[in-house]
Amino acid sequence: MNRFRQQFDSFLPTYRRELGAYFATPMAYVFLGVFLLSLGMFTWEAARFFDTGTADLSPFFVWHPWIYMIFLPALAMRLWADEASAGTDELLLSLPLGMPGLVLGKLFAAWSVAAAGLIFTLPMWVTVNYLGAPDNAAIALTYFVSLLMAGSYLSIGAAISALTGSQVTAFVISVVIAFVFTAAGWPLVLSGVKSLFGAGMAELVAHFSFLSHFEAAQRGVLEFRSVLFFLGVITLWTILNGLWASRQRLG
Amino acid sequence: MLDIQKLEKSFGEKRAVQGLSFTVEKGTVLGFLGPNGAGKSTSMRMISGVLEPDSGDALIDGKSIVSARREAQAALGYLPEGAPLYDDMTPPEFLAFMASARAIPRSQRKQAIERAIADSRISTVCGQRIGSLSKGYRRRVGLAGAILHDPPVLLLDEPTDGLDPNQKRAVRALIARMAPRKAIVISTHTLTEVPAMCTRAIIVDRGRIVADDTPDGLLKLSADGTLESAFTRLTDQAEAESA
Repeated sequence: MNRFRQQFDSFLPTYRRELGAYFATPMAYVFLGVFLLSLGMFTWEAARFFDTGTADLSPFFVWHPWIYMIFLPALAMRLWADEASAGTDELLLSLPLGMPGLVLGKLFAAWSVAAAGLIFTLPMWVTVNYLGAPDNAAIALTYFVSLLMAGSYLSIGAAISALTGSQVTAFVISVVIAFVFTAAGWPLVLSGVKSLFGAGMAELVAHFSFLSHFEAAQRGVLEFRSVLFFLGVITLWTILNGLWASRQRLG
Repeated sequence: MLDIQKLEKSFGEKRAVQGLSFTVEKGTVLGFLGPNGAGKSTSMRMISGVLEPDSGDALIDGKSIVSARREAQAALGYLPEGAPLYDDMTPPEFLAFMASARAIPRSQRKQAIERAIADSRISTVCGQRIGSLSKGYRRRVGLAGAILHDPPVLLLDEPTDGLDPNQKRAVRALIARMAPRKAIVISTHTLTEVPAMCTRAIIVDRGRIVADDTPDGLLKLSADGTLESAFTRLTDQAEAESA
């Protein structure tokens, strides 16, 4: 048990150091600024938030997967690749730190920045309450699932960052993988799959889509399947992250 | 204190380190010398637990780096090649991170950080980000990180590289001050540093030890009484033998 705990006691030092690194440089501020700006732009300009005539946040939530797909790999790309380019990975690996704590510390630091981005959108929620009587429980649920989905995108980005050791490569590959996971639920892709491989296959592909699982939450239905799905995605990529980061010890 | 047992490491076809064995007792400052690509840094990485050896072991204060890595790493202070540091932190922030990563008890952290800052003489740059520091100061911040937890074994890769003569003297004095209580291994290719800092020197070439003696003993092997000619002779010899 003690040995198990030891693996995770590197979580706090890593989390604090990574969160500090985001805010010590303009990175977190630039991310938050551009993230909020584009989310706002899509919500108002593309989805016409005020013209829908209903007081809910669906014109806002509908963009989350697409915005995350681009911005969250940018947030995660530095997590391991930066260590590799600065040579600090050697310093880190020479410290008596457990790998699970390291991996989770880094992921949660990036996740916290993403969560801060979501918190800054809360005035929207206040606004729809001022304009009408939305289903607040459904909105809270959608925020929760959106946060889980953000963790999924970040876990992909972090793992790829550990795999490539280069920030630009990590970003490009992560966006491609994130796109595959997102667009798998796109009606355009699904109808294509359906006509080629049949309805069964289309349903299977949709099971692995962030879009499909997030849509369930947007309808205000708490599907444990979706929560489990996102937790499963995070777990899988976090394990890959640990394996890829440990690979360095082998030379 | 430090017991290296038949360390081996290959990268593909290349055998970087071949059966490296030596021991370092408390009070010894060992110079770890060799030409570029001789396997110095690979050896240092294996001893520090960064790289897993193909076979062999390194016991740090009696703990195996292979089977009890964390315990062994806790007894070791390591300054990696090039002194890599987090550029976005100030030296005290960096040392605070190192202190928490090394699980120094909270009550002793402040004192340990202050001592490391004083010993490595970096108090004047404490308000600056590490990224803006000169090479010499970076090296000393790295050194402060390595001695922070007062480890019984120190492994320093090029600790005086990039320092001016005054700074070099200060680092030498610090090492001399710590030497009686620790086993210290210094990797360097600045040969003039060796008699000034080390009580013993090992020369490696192509992953093997080709000489293990006191600096004075090595001088006797040279034709003209300089360490450089002894170094050239020993490493050339190894090259000729392996050719």
